[in-house]
Amino acid sequence: MSPDIRQEHRLLAAGPDADWAQHLAAFGPWEPQAAATGLLEALAAAGLTGRGGAAFETWRKATAAAGSGRKRLFPARPVVIANGAEGEPLSFKDRKLLAHAPHLVIDGQLALAAALGGAGMYAYAPAASLNRVQQALKERPGATKIRVVKAPDTFISGESSAVVNMIANGSALPRDQRRRLSEEGLNGRPTLVVNVETLAQVALIARYGAQWFRQAGTAEDPGTRLVSVSGPAPARDVVLEVPGGAELSAVLEAAGMDPASLSAVLVGGYHGRWVPPAAHALSPSGPPDRTVRPGAGVIHALDRQACGIEVTARIVGYLASQSARQCGPCMFGLPAMAAVLNRIAGGERNARLAPELDRLGRLVSGRGACRHPEGTTGLVRSTLEVFAPDFRAHLSGYCTGQGGAAA
Amino acid sequence: MTAHLHIDWTSCDGRGLCAELLPGVLDRDDWGYPVARGKAGRERTDVPLRDADREAAREAVHLCPKLALTLVERTPPEPEHRMPGR
Ligand code: SF4
Ligand code: SF4
Repeated sequence: MSPDIRQEHRLLAAGPDADWAQHLAAFGPWEPQAAATGLLEALAAAGLTGRGGAAFETWRKATAAAGSGRKRLFPARPVVIANGAEGEPLSFKDRKLLAHAPHLVIDGQLALAAALGGAGMYAYAPAASLNRVQQALKERPGATKIRVVKAPDTFISGESSAVVNMIANGSALPRDQRRRLSEEGLNGRPTLVVNVETLAQVALIARYGAQWFRQAGTAEDPGTRLVSVSGPAPARDVVLEVPGGAELSAVLEAAGMDPASLSAVLVGGYHGRWVPPAAHALSPSGPPDRTVRPGAGVIHALDRQACGIEVTARIVGYLASQSARQCGPCMFGLPAMAAVLNRIAGGERNARLAPELDRLGRLVSGRGACRHPEGTTGLVRSTLEVFAPDFRAHLSGYCTGQGGAAA
Repeated sequence: MTAHLHIDWTSCDGRGLCAELLPGVLDRDDWGYPVARGKAGRERTDVPLRDADREAAREAVHLCPKLALTLVERTPPEPEHRMPGR
């Protein structure tokens, strides 16, 4: 019996499509600027980690940006960018948050910018969310200083340096990162790129405190997170707010799926990993046989009829096509990996294909301006583990899943 | 504080001059791009150098036709940025 993961709404507490009046009615009147004092300390005590994927501690990131702004001969004003880009096809929780609780995100951004001594502010969001964000900014006093920039709908558009590049130059390609963005980001200013859900969590911590935040979740993974859950029909795509450390099987059940009917679950998205549907808790840290990193909160279940190798081959093909084609190992290595996976999925009987896939993965990892090669490699490595019997079956000429080409 | 050779992958065109100048440090991959020998993860983008290799590394920095190499005399940046796609 899995522990109950039902979580009362925190982030979406103001209800669907909450406007400024509903937001105030749910959370009460509040002055973000006044919450700036002690905010970074509260974030540290709360143990909030980024909800955009890398799960970096928010207070550390913010303190680094504040520190490098002050260290200079001519102190540079930092910049806080609310990142609502969600290029991952399986992710939709940020879109939902921006549609229903934009004011909480704005609260968090105003408070954090004030804590950094009046940082400049940008909201970066895809076309689908832009209207809602602009409408919310118009509705409320004090938010007109936030400038809105449209994020292109590419997989890579939400990577931090790509975000900065898009705002500065109109091209959402990752930059070489010899310097940290917290030291030298937008126009050379210390820059914080913060996921929109993280900002909404900042707003709640600023209002209710670190202790309140920690009433949900575990000591290692405090608070709640939004997850985008999808799976085989008839399960519908849903966004759930779950406590830190939630059991994967309980999340699947809450989304209306039976873990026993699934063959594997992709957690963390296209840069995440496949795990068996049971016995894993969602947490950014912990032993890999019992925990799995939620990344940006993507959970995608595969039923027993689908072929994991085929599905992964399609995903890696997509990731190869989304390479920004700036870095050689990524530009050549990812299509090579996709080609080998396709040959395996297609039923080619060649014992050298699996080791070749492994070799290519090791060749490209760590080599690129962003983590696209590593993310892709991690996914492929988990495929080789979780679908090992399928690989053996494919390489001897048949597919165990009914959807496989070699069936 | 160690010296690192930073490779800017967005500039490198993989002609391999650096691997010729630093044969003990860099190998070449299937497509001609430099691979740090015996290193894993981000140490293949910010390659730690032994003192003995510093001089040759400095030369590689000067001769790289794409200005893709830099000597960094500090701890390399941590990967603080988000995963792409997010
Ligand atoms: S590693 Fe790939 S996706 Fe990232 S910047 Fe380089 S070419 Fe683009
Ligand atoms: S010399 Fe410069 S451009 Fe040529 S392979 Fe080395 S780093 Fe790349």
